[in-house]
Amino acid sequence: MANPQNTATINQRSTKADATQPDSMGLIAPIAGWLVPGLGHFIQRRWIRGLLLMLAVFIMFLAGLGMQGKVYSFNTGDLLDILGFVGDLGAGLLYFVARSMDWGAGNIHRAVADYGTKYIVVAGLLNVIAAVDAHHIAIGKKQ
Amino acid sequence: MTFELSHYNAALLFALCASTVFGITQRSTPKDMFRYGAYCFVLFAVGVIVASWAMWLIKH
Repeated sequence: MANPQNTATINQRSTKADATQPDSMGLIAPIAGWLVPGLGHFIQRRWIRGLLLMLAVFIMFLAGLGMQGKVYSFNTGDLLDILGFVGDLGAGLLYFVARSMDWGAGNIHRAVADYGTKYIVVAGLLNVIAAVDAHHIAIGKKQ
Repeated sequence: MTFELSHYNAALLFALCASTVFGITQRSTPKDMFRYGAYCFVLFAVGVIVASWAMWLIKH
């Protein structure tokens, strides 16, 4: 016959595990989503949403690079440059890869390059929105 | 790698990507996501045309 005290302890542990899982996912999902666009949704089995978010952010970022947009580096100069850096950083690993490969030098002679710069910044900002959405799903605020 | 786009096509690509993210993140059900994404896309696309005509009128 099962010991009632052991059964109660097991039940208590399982309840604790259930209670801590959403907490850890609430932290892991947005970080994963920030680092790799869409990953925060993938790890929560939101495959289609994750894929669409990944495509949207990747296409914007790569199109921005293709238009010879500028990737901002860390700076303490002009306010708009600082904000540009913060926006770019939202793209997570895409940003670090672009910086490490020396992509995104910018081209002031092409009008469309300025669009490219905005594409890259907005790709980062959209990725932040997607990461926050992954957090909302993880904490149960959204389905 | 360089990517050549006209101004309007660049605006449409921007609208498509931004509306996709807005639709998915701002609504809960797939049907609502699609409708809100389409709504945002139309607003972006029409907004570009209206802003273009407004600038043309200001210039002339």
